Amino acid sequence: MEYEVVIGLEIHAELDTRSKIYCGCTTEFGGEPNTHCCPICTGMPGVLPVLNKTVVEYAVRAGLAANCAISSFSKQDRKNYFYPDLPKAYQTSQYDLPLCKNGYLEIEVDGSVKKIGITRIHIEEDAGKLIHDESGKVSYVDYNRCGVPLIEIVTEPDMRSSAEVKAFFEKLKSILEYTSVSDCKMQEGSLRADVNLSVRPKGQKEFGTRTEIKNLNSVRAIVRAVDGEARRQISVLERNGVIVQETRRWDDEKGESYSMRDKEEAHDYRYFPEPDLTPVVVDEAWLDKIRSSIPELPDERRKRFIAEYGIPAYDAAFITGSKPLADFFEAAAKESKNAKAISNWIMGDVMKKLNDTGLEPLDMPIKPESLSRLVSLIDENVISGKIAKQVFEIMWDTGEDPADIVEKEGLKVVTDTEEIRSIVIQVISANPKSVEDYKSGKTKAIGFLVGQIMRETKGKADPQAVNRLLKEELDKL
Amino acid sequence: MAITKEDIERLADLARLNLTPEEIEKLTGDMETIINYSMNKLNELNTDDVLPMEHVLPISNVFREDICEKSFDREEILKNAPEKAEGCFLVPKVVE
Repeated sequence: MEYEVVIGLEIHAELDTRSKIYCGCTTEFGGEPNTHCCPICTGMPGVLPVLNKTVVEYAVRAGLAANCAISSFSKQDRKNYFYPDLPKAYQTSQYDLPLCKNGYLEIEVDGSVKKIGITRIHIEEDAGKLIHDESGKVSYVDYNRCGVPLIEIVTEPDMRSSAEVKAFFEKLKSILEYTSVSDCKMQEGSLRADVNLSVRPKGQKEFGTRTEIKNLNSVRAIVRAVDGEARRQISVLERNGVIVQETRRWDDEKGESYSMRDKEEAHDYRYFPEPDLTPVVVDEAWLDKIRSSIPELPDERRKRFIAEYGIPAYDAAFITGSKPLADFFEAAAKESKNAKAISNWIMGDVMKKLNDTGLEPLDMPIKPESLSRLVSLIDENVISGKIAKQVFEIMWDTGEDPADIVEKEGLKVVTDTEEIRSIVIQVISANPKSVEDYKSGKTKAIGFLVGQIMRETKGKADPQAVNRLLKEELDKL
Repeated sequence: MAITKEDIERLADLARLNLTPEEIEKLTGDMETIINYSMNKLNELNTDDVLPMEHVLPISNVFREDICEKSFDREEILKNAPEKAEGCFLVPKVVE
C-alpha cells in the first residue's frame, strides 16, 4: 500500500537578547554553572518578574517576517509541571492568547512552491540544564539557561516529506538570522525542533495517530528522524499493528527512535494566567515601529541579487540562504566588476574551506574586499586561475591581501615574451619526439609541449603568449 | 456537580501531596460544597453582556529594558540548596 507522511514542527529559538526574559542576568552561553543566576530566574519565593521589552519586539519581528497576525492583546500563562530543570515548578509561557498567529512561509521543493502554515508563535522562558551522573544516583542542575527567552513556533501539519521539512526549517532559520531575532547556533542549542509525525494510506482524509520526537538539534538529525519515524510507523501498520500516541526520542547514532515510556495522560499542565505579569498590548504605533526595523528578507534579497548583480537564480538562492554569506557576497560584489566570479568562489572554494574547517560563515578568516581583489587579479591577467587557488589558500591561512601575497611569493603571470620564448625554445629542443609528432599531424602533441612549458614556469606563464610563441617557433622548424 | 474520591486523588498527585484516606474523604466533601456553592452563586448572575476576563490586572505593558545586571554570587545562589556539588544544585537522578 502507498502511504502519505504528515508532518508538523514545533521549533524553539532562543532570542538574541542581552538579558534574560524576566531579570537582568546575562543570556551568554557557556558560563560556569549557576553564575548567570539571581533569585528571579531561580524561582525564589516573593520575587517579581518583569518582562524584557526586547523579547516582545523580537517575537513580533519574527511573527511579521513569517506573515503572522500580531495580537493587539496577549497575556502570559503558567504551565505547571514538576521537573528539576524548572525551579518554579511552572514555566511561564503563553496559552490561549499567543503574541502571533496564522502565518505562513513559502518553500520551494523540486521546483514547485508550497505554503506551510504557521499556527502560532509565542514567547516563553527556557529551562535549566540537567547533567545526569552516569553511575550515581544524582543529577547536577545548572540554572544559567533558565529564563533565557524563547519563541516557540508551531506549524500546521502541512509538510509531506523530509525534503519539505528541511526546506521549511532552513527557510525559517534564515529568516530568524536575517531579522537578528536569534543567532540560530544549533550546536549551542539556540534552535531546536520537535517533529510531530503520522502516516495514512494515500487518499485517506483522516490523519493517522501521531508521535512526537523531541529535541532535535541539527538539520541532519531532523531529516533522519523524519525518515526513520515514517519508516517505523509504516512498518507497524504493514504488520497490522497500532501506532501509539507517545513522545519518542531520536538516537542519531543508532539511527532509530525509542519510546520515552511517557505517562502522557498524566500531563495536566493546568494553565492559568500569570498573575505577576501584566498583559501585553501591541498598538498600531508600536507595530509600525517594529515593522520598520525588519531588514530585507531572504526572498527579496535573492530577487535583488539576480537583478542587481546578474548572478544566476541558483547562485542567488544558495548565497541568500545564509545571511552572513549573503553579506559577504554583497560586500565583495560591490567592489568588483565580476559578481559571478565572486559567487563561484563562495559556492566553491569558500564553502569547501568552511566545511573542511567546520567554521561558521560569520567567522570566516578572509575579508570580502580581499576576495574581490583576488578576482580582479585574475581578470586583469596578473595571475592565472590556477595560481589564484594557491593565493586563496594563503589568504585563508594568513588573512593577507592577495596582491601582497602575489608580490611576496613571486606569483605574477610572466608576460615577458622574450623570457617565455627562451623557455619555449628550450622545451622544443628537449622534446624532439613530440615535435616530430606535431609535424606529422598529431596536433595533440602540442598539449604536451604547453604542459612542459607551464611546468618550467611553475604555472606562471601567460597561456595565450605560450600558445602563440610555441606555434611561431614550431613553424620555424 | 459531584466530586469523587478519584478527583481528589488526582489533584493531590498533581500537587505532590500525600493525603491519608481520612483527609481524602474530608476533602472530597469540602471540595464538592465549595464548587457547588460558587457555581450556584455564579449561575445567579446574568453575564450576557460581560466579556470574559483574560487577566486579573487592569494594567498592561509593564516592561524592563534589555539591560544586563550583575548576577548573584554562586555561593549566595546555592545557599538554599539542600545538596550541592561542583557549583551545581544536586537532585535525585531524574531521567525523563
